[in-house]
Amino acid sequence: MSDKKENETVDIKSANDMPPMPVSLGSMRTNKTASWRSIRPIIIEEKCKLCMICWKYCPEPAIFPTAPPTIDYDYCKGCGICIEECPFDAIISEKEGK
Amino acid sequence: MKKVLTGNFAAAYGAAAARVKVIAAYPITPQTTIVEIMSEIVADGLLDADFVKVESEHSALAACIGAQATGARTFTATSAQGLALMHEMIHWAARDRLPIVLANVNRALAPGWSIWADVTDSIAQRDTGWMQMYCENNQEVFDTILMAYKIGENENVLLPTLINLDAFFLSHTSQVVDMYDQDTIDSFLPPYRPKFKLDVNDPRAFGALTSPEHYYEFSYKIQMAHQKAKEVITEVGKEFGRTFGREYGLTESYRCDDAEIVLVTYGTIAGTAKDAVDRMREKGIDVGLLKIRYFRPFPEEEVCQILKHAKKIGVIDRAVSFGHEGPFFSEIKAAMYGSNIPLYGFVAGLGGRDVSIADIESVVNYMGNNESSNLIWIGVKK
Repeated sequence: MSDKKENETVDIKSANDMPPMPVSLGSMRTNKTASWRSIRPIIIEEKCKLCMICWKYCPEPAIFPTAPPTIDYDYCKGCGICIEECPFDAIISEKEGK
Repeated sequence: MKKVLTGNFAAAYGAAAARVKVIAAYPITPQTTIVEIMSEIVADGLLDADFVKVESEHSALAACIGAQATGARTFTATSAQGLALMHEMIHWAARDRLPIVLANVNRALAPGWSIWADVTDSIAQRDTGWMQMYCENNQEVFDTILMAYKIGENENVLLPTLINLDAFFLSHTSQVVDMYDQDTIDSFLPPYRPKFKLDVNDPRAFGALTSPEHYYEFSYKIQMAHQKAKEVITEVGKEFGRTFGREYGLTESYRCDDAEIVLVTYGTIAGTAKDAVDRMREKGIDVGLLKIRYFRPFPEEEVCQILKHAKKIGVIDRAVSFGHEGPFFSEIKAAMYGSNIPLYGFVAGLGGRDVSIADIESVVNYMGNNESSNLIWIGVKK
């Protein structure tokens, strides 16, 4: 199986650029699914103890276990589970679009 | 080659002549013989196709959707309750732009249990994105199946088609059907070659999550395809005429040119209406008939063009949109918006009640003696 579409991106500006049906043209990695996020979780590096509980709980998963953890805002829906679960209050929320 | 065929046999032989690759269907009266003959054709090795046995109509169309997505030409058939059960998948086929052809034997919906003709079943699928056409006779059933694949598979169309034939009046009535020469059919209808398909060597996701950023445009593209389909239907109908000697369009105008009263109807009532028109013409009544073949895309430009010279217009529907009026009447009335021509909306023949030549003459008689009205019930025992 080829992975040639892995890093392919499709620039869609109008209906003319779209296929007739909802079919993936490139990798699903180009299909960003975070447009409806209303709050943005932000990790405060100084408070983070690298326990990775946020990484374990993120249902997407849109948090990567780096040091400190990183959040992929192309896929984070802003559910706030990481904020709720962080034992050190190291993740805060910020309203989107303000 | 000419054969004497019922409408159901014409539908089955039409699909076989189109060299469908997958057939998935569930039997329901009065469609059952379509499924029977197709399974026989496949079992006898006369058609290189898979016949998929399923447990419901929902599964029948779901199987066709899956098969069609791999690039196979597919066919299914149903009636009434079966079509209603398919409803969710009917939307899916259209939004995934799979040019499946479905022969629907128009039958009334229960309760009371009825196996007889009524187009409420197909009208209920109006807004799904499918093209929808209504047949007058068995030759038209056979011909339209061949044309429906060619129209639907056009890269600017990519839409499924619901081909409607009236229960018993066509499904179980034998007529002479010219089945043509298979080589000519093959050159008229080349194999299905979709640009996007399920293929393990070129993996793609179909029907995935679509955000508000794109869903709107997909809907817009379906509408654009329907508009384009009007041209394609006309072109393919003409090509069919050049190839096989029978030309078809979005509508059929019968003795309308100098007609003061124009009747508008569809399906088998249109065939009876032609005889009624001939009989009334002999009596000196200037009456004509506009047969609507395609309900979706709706041919409003043609309808306006043909009806604009009429003095009175009468629409006969074999269905009623409860709480409003006949469904075709609504469309004709909307298409004629702005004209001062009186429009009469008639409902007749629900649940398979016969609509005779005398009934159609009574419609014209009514129009001569009464003010126009949106809902007039023909032959109802009030």
